Amino acid sequence: MDYATLLQILDSTLRLATPLLLACLAGLYSERSGIFDIGLEGKMLVAAMATGAVAFYSGNVWIGALAGIGASMILALVHGLASITFRGNQLISGVALNFVASGITVLIAQAMFGQGGRTPPLDGAARFNPITLPFADSLASVPFVGPLYREVISGHTALVYVALAAVPLTWWLLYRTRYGLRLRAVGENPASVDTAGVSVTRLRYSAVAITGILCGLAGAYMAAGLQAGFGREMTAGRGYIALAALIFANWLPWRALGATMLFGFLQALALRPDVIERTIHVSIPVPALDAMPYVLTIIVLFGFVGKPQPPRAGGEPYIKER
Amino acid sequence: MTKLPVWADVVLVPLISLLLAIFFSGVVIYLISPDSPATLENESWKAVLDAGRIVVEGSMGSPYAWGYTLYYATSFIFTGLAVTVAFHAAMFNIGGEGQAQLGGLGVALACLFIPWPHWSLALLGAGVGAALFGAAWAAIPAWMQAKRGSHIVITTIMFNYIGAALIIYLLVYVLRPVGQMDPATANFPPATHLPTLHEIPGLNLIFTKKVPANVSLFVALVACYLVWVLLWRTQLGYEIRAFGKSPEAAKYAGISGTRIIMVSMLISGGLSGLMSINNVMGESGRLLQNSSEGAGFIGIAVALMGRNHPLGVLLAAILFGFLYQGGAELGLWTSIPIELRTVVQGLVILFTGALDQMVRMMLGLVFRPARKPEAA
Repeated sequence: MDYATLLQILDSTLRLATPLLLACLAGLYSERSGIFDIGLEGKMLVAAMATGAVAFYSGNVWIGALAGIGASMILALVHGLASITFRGNQLISGVALNFVASGITVLIAQAMFGQGGRTPPLDGAARFNPITLPFADSLASVPFVGPLYREVISGHTALVYVALAAVPLTWWLLYRTRYGLRLRAVGENPASVDTAGVSVTRLRYSAVAITGILCGLAGAYMAAGLQAGFGREMTAGRGYIALAALIFANWLPWRALGATMLFGFLQALALRPDVIERTIHVSIPVPALDAMPYVLTIIVLFGFVGKPQPPRAGGEPYIKER
Repeated sequence: MTKLPVWADVVLVPLISLLLAIFFSGVVIYLISPDSPATLENESWKAVLDAGRIVVEGSMGSPYAWGYTLYYATSFIFTGLAVTVAFHAAMFNIGGEGQAQLGGLGVALACLFIPWPHWSLALLGAGVGAALFGAAWAAIPAWMQAKRGSHIVITTIMFNYIGAALIIYLLVYVLRPVGQMDPATANFPPATHLPTLHEIPGLNLIFTKKVPANVSLFVALVACYLVWVLLWRTQLGYEIRAFGKSPEAAKYAGISGTRIIMVSMLISGGLSGLMSINNVMGESGRLLQNSSEGAGFIGIAVALMGRNHPLGVLLAAILFGFLYQGGAELGLWTSIPIELRTVVQGLVILFTGALDQMVRMMLGLVFRPARKPEAA
């Protein structure tokens, strides 16, 4: 594989990893607070639909993204209601909301645009457009680093950089603030947080809301960054890959970055089977590459790479003592 | 919170959940119908009523409609029972989709490579193949849950995707006949064709037109009975239920957790796989991509709606058969997309499985004792 091809693949790795990273961090907040969220997929999907529709009508991608966040928040709120207020089964709630999202997005898009469940193609200001970072062109002549900077790091849409910035921000929030300490505690031992006089309910709702925002961004990026408009089932299991990445990352922010980049790299490779064949002289079938993130997660869960440590109170509704 | 009478818990809670789901679906139809938003006197209400009428007539209005409803119901009985058996062991098996697709592979291999003399023997052989392949696909997640504590929900989701990729690989690269373009196996030999309801003497007086419902329906009914016997009339069933209620207590009583998780998940996977005799062998006559078409997931809704009892599963499966067939008719005759049934399915799961406490609280207000006890 020559350097230019490698840069191409790394470039698409970053683009494909962005929705995974946003969704993975989304899941991290929710699960760290003790609320399992299988519904990342559904939240991304409704956000993508809302972004596609509103960005088309308003012609402004940021208004579209706000609508996407709003749609994702509605689902997050229902999930919070079911799992926090009514102490229902968090897994079932997530599965249910994924189905609702899968159906309702097509229904609404069809009713609004009548194009078989798609939203019309977006262009211009209705899409996230590439940002050229400073000096990208002037540094391009520097050997090795120059092309890397120009092709891979520069020239992405705003949400790619937002997603990358969200990693250190999440780390800082979780490990350097009072809120983060409480958030981690409520996922490990909610009774201790309650004893300290902090509301478990409020903390968990806030975590679920952050999950809603990040999934909203992931969906907005899908519809207006990665692609130009919403199409039915366009998230194609990315919410579940993000969930896999979260386990792979052992619920840690920096490792989430690594895991989603790895899975993004696999997705980028799956788009270029010719490159693999030229590089290793063996033809790997595309379905095998598609299945790799899941297979890797199973291997991790098998315990070959250290034992995963999920938040201890995950999935259990908290019943306040009376 | 008021404790509900048993009959209310068994009958009213699922019924009200269903009504809530139907109500919200009606709201959705109202909102997406072309005239909305508008006043109360407009056509949107008529659109909702029309939709309801089409669903009912298209799924129950004629023997022909019933032939489709029962065909869907057959698949849902199998997947619903699969989720039920796992639920009783406190395992949430959402891998029914992958297990059903692997079951389809078992059916295809049995039908393509063994020369069956008669459909009854082929049904037996393919059924065994389907159950074995389905069970095998549940085995690794079950083992990982039992031995490593990996959450069964996560692992079964992963196995759904790995299974789908495996089937696509096999169909594209291995099982596709030379010269055929679409990724599917060859057609099964005619001797493996299962009689549909209009080909069975006696029943053909009712089902005069060709319908997809076939003898698998009777296998599904037998499976309902056998699951009931297993869960409530055998020692193994008792152990499964005891473990599901309290793993710690079960362990103290000498019940091996590993064994219960493995056995219940293998049965569950086998039942999911067995669904493939209905769609792969009975209907399409060859293995296609995504053969289960979401039936594995509907099993979750069916089991929740049926309160994890085989009789409830049977009724809920027929209900979802109505919804599925009715939804298809809606897609055919109106501008309402077929995806409406996915929304209804999601809402039913939400209300029966996750918001059931809310429904109970609502009912609790009704069933509150007339006079409160003095010492509260």
